[in-house]
Amino acid sequence: MNIHEYQAKALLRSYGMPVPEGRAATTAAEAVDAARALNAPVTVVKAQIHAGGRGAGHFAGKPEGRGGVRLARSTAEVSDAADAMLGEVLVTKQTGPMGRLVRTLYVESGCDIARELYFSMLVDRGTGQIVIVASPDGGMEIEEVAARTPERILKEYVDPAKGLCDYQSRDLAVRLGLTGREIRAFQNVVRSAYNAFTGLDAAIVEINPLVVTGAGDLLALDAKMSFDENALFRHPELAKLRDVHEEDPREREAAEYGLAYVGLDGNIGCMVNGAGLAMATMDIIKMEGEEPANFLDVGGGASKERVAAAFRILIGDPKVRGILVNIFGGIMRCDVIAEAIIAASHETGLTVPLVVRLAGTNVERGKALLAESGLTIIPADDLGDAARKIVSAVRNAGA
Amino acid sequence: MSILVNQSTKVITQGFTGAQGTFHTEQAIAYGTRMVGGVTPGKGGSLHLGLPVFDTVMQAREATGAEASVIYVPPAGAADAILEAIAAGIPLIVCITEGIPVQDMVRVRAALERSDSLLIGPNCPGIITPDECKIGIMPGPIHRRGHVGIVSRSGTLTYEAVAQTSAIGQGQSTCVGIGGDPVKGMDFTDVLERMIADPDTHSIVMIGEIGGTSEIDGAELIRASGTRKPVVGFIAGATAPPGRRMGHAGAVITGGHETASAKIEALRDAGIHVAPSPAELGTTLARVLG
Repeated sequence: MNIHEYQAKALLRSYGMPVPEGRAATTAAEAVDAARALNAPVTVVKAQIHAGGRGAGHFAGKPEGRGGVRLARSTAEVSDAADAMLGEVLVTKQTGPMGRLVRTLYVESGCDIARELYFSMLVDRGTGQIVIVASPDGGMEIEEVAARTPERILKEYVDPAKGLCDYQSRDLAVRLGLTGREIRAFQNVVRSAYNAFTGLDAAIVEINPLVVTGAGDLLALDAKMSFDENALFRHPELAKLRDVHEEDPREREAAEYGLAYVGLDGNIGCMVNGAGLAMATMDIIKMEGEEPANFLDVGGGASKERVAAAFRILIGDPKVRGILVNIFGGIMRCDVIAEAIIAASHETGLTVPLVVRLAGTNVERGKALLAESGLTIIPADDLGDAARKIVSAVRNAGA
Repeated sequence: MSILVNQSTKVITQGFTGAQGTFHTEQAIAYGTRMVGGVTPGKGGSLHLGLPVFDTVMQAREATGAEASVIYVPPAGAADAILEAIAAGIPLIVCITEGIPVQDMVRVRAALERSDSLLIGPNCPGIITPDECKIGIMPGPIHRRGHVGIVSRSGTLTYEAVAQTSAIGQGQSTCVGIGGDPVKGMDFTDVLERMIADPDTHSIVMIGEIGGTSEIDGAELIRASGTRKPVVGFIAGATAPPGRRMGHAGAVITGGHETASAKIEALRDAGIHVAPSPAELGTTLARVLG
């Protein structure tokens, strides 16, 4: 689960991270009030969307070069910046061409920047340990730094038996070129990030840039946090930070039924059990020359209701011109799948070609139910057969 | 011969009396797995499915001599169940549970590295040596005894590989589903080195997916071993967009080595026969075997 910058900064601040003073605003008037309360010589107005690259982005239909992060030196400038951003669509490298609607701004005190560093924390899958990543090249895309100058990416691994040790932070500080009291300040940044990361089951904490001010203080100028979906059950307080506007409505509906769904741009809807088989089904559709409309894993022990919900999401997607159901039943029983398809088809009305491949547990009973249902279903014997049949059915229907 | 489990392997179930534990233990008994008991805290001293129930894994191990434990405990308690099995000195632990918080697995992984226990999973179908020992949720009847070793990160794609190898008249020596989580127990290299050494495994099918680089490590191990056993591979997720998690917590592309095309190239470089489509795992193996 992703959250906004202003939410991440509030959480991190509660763990002791130094962040600039700031307030969220949803109208130009609120933004002006926030700026007055901050009473800083320079104010920064930042669009809040779940995507990076905001400063270098541009607003849809507006000239490029005026992005989603703007400096203001008066309340009039704050008001102008807010008017230019709120209710507009911000397009960045990470949003894709569709962009994201800006509904909230973060109004923050500006600061005097001497240096920009990069800092993040995540779980490294190779070692199975928490890793701290830092670089003296802050404010840039870290992927580019890693590709061009890998020696400027510094890493420190946290041994789960010992936990984070402060000497590791100080060592990293020295390697970043920090001196004097900056070293202790960096130790505090790492400690507060680590406490937030472990205390909230974060998937990532990223601060880019982490700035050194002219006075020698460290400040988190930007902050990104996301959380392990599997651990949300023990952090109910995080649920209110979810912004449903930032999520695909199809994915939101699927999540309510406990389905793993990812919307894609093609026109063949797929319903599969198991993540690997679901990806393989997408791959084989592409090999046959068409594009999948989605990834959808109904999971292992899904009920008839859950499968029917999955099928309704596919039928309800206007881009879908054909549906491929591919089930290799282990825990999942083929007769349950068949009953759910029949129920959802009768309820919603099936207007596109449907190919069903069933294998595994209770396959004969599942096939018999589909055959007796009166629905126009194209049965398939195996994965290759299923992919060829749905592609040909979609092309014939379109011709 | 086979790897890790056979007809003599004594197995207990953790989360024994729950719905999942009960159903799959019944299936395992019916398959012929040597089930010797189970663990449900608070129900020690009773009988379930005709087998003794214990309060702790240590008690179960001491009383039954269990060599393997399978875990059907819900996500919130699953990591603790693995840690308990490690502490009790269970040699092989198989965790089926999906949805364990990744930071819980960080602690488990550290405990594993200080122990002699092996972990398969979590978020996996388990392990089966056909006609001898089934530990997990895979459908037993699709398997047949034979000489193809199968290792995969995906459950149902493993079944697909099993069905396709059976369809070409081959059977399986041992099938291991290592699971789809980013931090887990045994990885491709751990399973592949055992399959390469196993005289009963004559060929290998390895099925990977996007995310991480463990398939590349596996391919490097195969190349370095100089094995003459034919290996067929497949990588799922060639059409997956970067940055999106495809169901499995571990199936997300965050770097250039994690894409399907980078992995396919590494497999080919190691002499692995990459199936052109997931429907051609069996036919590719048949062609390689001649």
